[in-house]
Amino acid sequence: MKFDISTAFKLLALVALACVPLAGADFYTELIAKTLVMAIFAMSLDLLVGFTGLVSFGHAAYFGVAAYAVALLSPKYEAASLWYVLPASVGLAALAALVVGVFVLRTKGIYFIMVTLAFAQMFFYVFHDTPLGGGSDGLYLNVKPTAEIAGFQPFDLDNPTHLYYFILAMLVLVYLFLARVLQSPFGRVLVGIKSNEHRMQSLGYVTFRYKLAAFALAGGLGGVAGFLYSVVFGFVTPELMSWHQSGNVLLMVILGGMGNLVGAVAGAFAFVAMQEVFSMWTKHWQLAMGLMIVAAVLFMPGGLSAVPGRIKRALQGGSAND
Amino acid sequence: MTESRNPEALLVADKITRRFGGLLANQDVCLTLARGQLHALLGPNGAGKSTCINMLSGDLPPSSGRILFQGRDISGLTAAQRSLVGIGRSYQRTNIFPKFTVLENVRLAAQSRRQQPWRIFTNAMRQQWMLDKARAAIEEAGLGGRAERIAGVLSHGEQRQLEIAMVLATDAQVLLLDEPLAGMGSEESGKMVELLKRLRQTRAILLVEHDMDAVFAVADVITVMVNGQVLESGPPAQIRASIAVQEAYLGQEDSFHV
Repeated sequence: MKFDISTAFKLLALVALACVPLAGADFYTELIAKTLVMAIFAMSLDLLVGFTGLVSFGHAAYFGVAAYAVALLSPKYEAASLWYVLPASVGLAALAALVVGVFVLRTKGIYFIMVTLAFAQMFFYVFHDTPLGGGSDGLYLNVKPTAEIAGFQPFDLDNPTHLYYFILAMLVLVYLFLARVLQSPFGRVLVGIKSNEHRMQSLGYVTFRYKLAAFALAGGLGGVAGFLYSVVFGFVTPELMSWHQSGNVLLMVILGGMGNLVGAVAGAFAFVAMQEVFSMWTKHWQLAMGLMIVAAVLFMPGGLSAVPGRIKRALQGGSAND
Repeated sequence: MTESRNPEALLVADKITRRFGGLLANQDVCLTLARGQLHALLGPNGAGKSTCINMLSGDLPPSSGRILFQGRDISGLTAAQRSLVGIGRSYQRTNIFPKFTVLENVRLAAQSRRQQPWRIFTNAMRQQWMLDKARAAIEEAGLGGRAERIAGVLSHGEQRQLEIAMVLATDAQVLLLDEPLAGMGSEESGKMVELLKRLRQTRAILLVEHDMDAVFAVADVITVMVNGQVLESGPPAQIRASIAVQEAYLGQEDSFHV
């Protein structure tokens, strides 16, 4: 890894995040833990939106499938093993995305957006209107999964500090995983599809298969976030799969700047921060938030991740047009 | 089907027809592309040249007729599958990855020959065989020294060369080139003509082109299309002498001198 300003910035941000629990402000530690979960979710969606050019408006479905899977797979009054429920819930989310992907990836553009939304709404209503997941009330996860393995417990998810670091570690892992995948021949094909899918086909790539793999992968990683959400909050509701949730994560990706993993994380932080500040300030926080997002899209093309480049160019006195 | 018995024939179109509703864009078109030959497709605008090349490349399925590659019927194959058997094409409107470097454009083309999508932890830029293949294709297409440039900022002529480099990196045996000289200056098109002559030696080329001088300078066989049908097909001397061709097409062209 070459060491430059951008790497230094990432490491600094990581150190800052690692110091959060040391401040002892439990409210903020928990808030940032929740934001980190959303950041993982946003990175998983960015694989589709920012790197493959697939604007999914139903990504919450896979988040929700994994979140419900944790609650459903855990025994009622004892802890399930982390090493079983984590892969199982992530696997189920990826499987759900794989099945949905087979259908939705036959469409393009606005139709793709609509069909992904429609499938997510189907998932929402399956959990909302059937007793499978406790209906509209949702389900409680009474006992958090245990990390115990052969009598040894490396960490305890019931301990908020341990949970915080577990989430942070997952964020770093998902980031490193995606960064690596995007450099691979597979990842380069995805970026090629975003740039010019027709050309990729005429070069001999069956783009449908690559898109399907990306869709399932993104669903699985979204499932990692869903899993963590379930563990942090201890309950799941159908709202996790609603179009609001899909829209929120899409806004995080757009705010952060599509096609940039750190941007997706920054977008999640900006989104949650705005939500907190505006809801403290006014009852009509959604209105203020909407205006902010419109302003951000208009005045900050490329999102937060484009800001360093703009500052750099402004300092060098060059033109802002790249 | 006498053509398919010709051992050199790589790609044969056997009476391919394409209808768009009531319009017959191509009617019973027969073409043979042989290794070592440059076959030019001429015709006024709307003659059906693009429809024809789209059917050969798999971008458009024929309504009827067969397309044979080395004697095997490939009419049902998609564009991606045809690329994999060895048919490469370039597009009339430049069709590249504008934000990638030249090297990355061509490396993606090379990568398509050995796809291993499950190797998600390999660094694509460290796959030596891809890079070697890509650099060789860039060199062959005359873009040596441009490898690190962003494709979108290349000159128009260089972008056309890049398209050809991408096709070469796929090891295509048949090159379907849709107006590679369009919009080029005389120096650039001179270089491209030299490139086409070199490429012809080991491959079969179909050239759709408006530049008459270039076509008569490089073509071994010329097929003239009018109104979706083949009017005349043969060596340049035959086309030049054909009364039908002159009446239907060449007579209107100032650039053509008999």
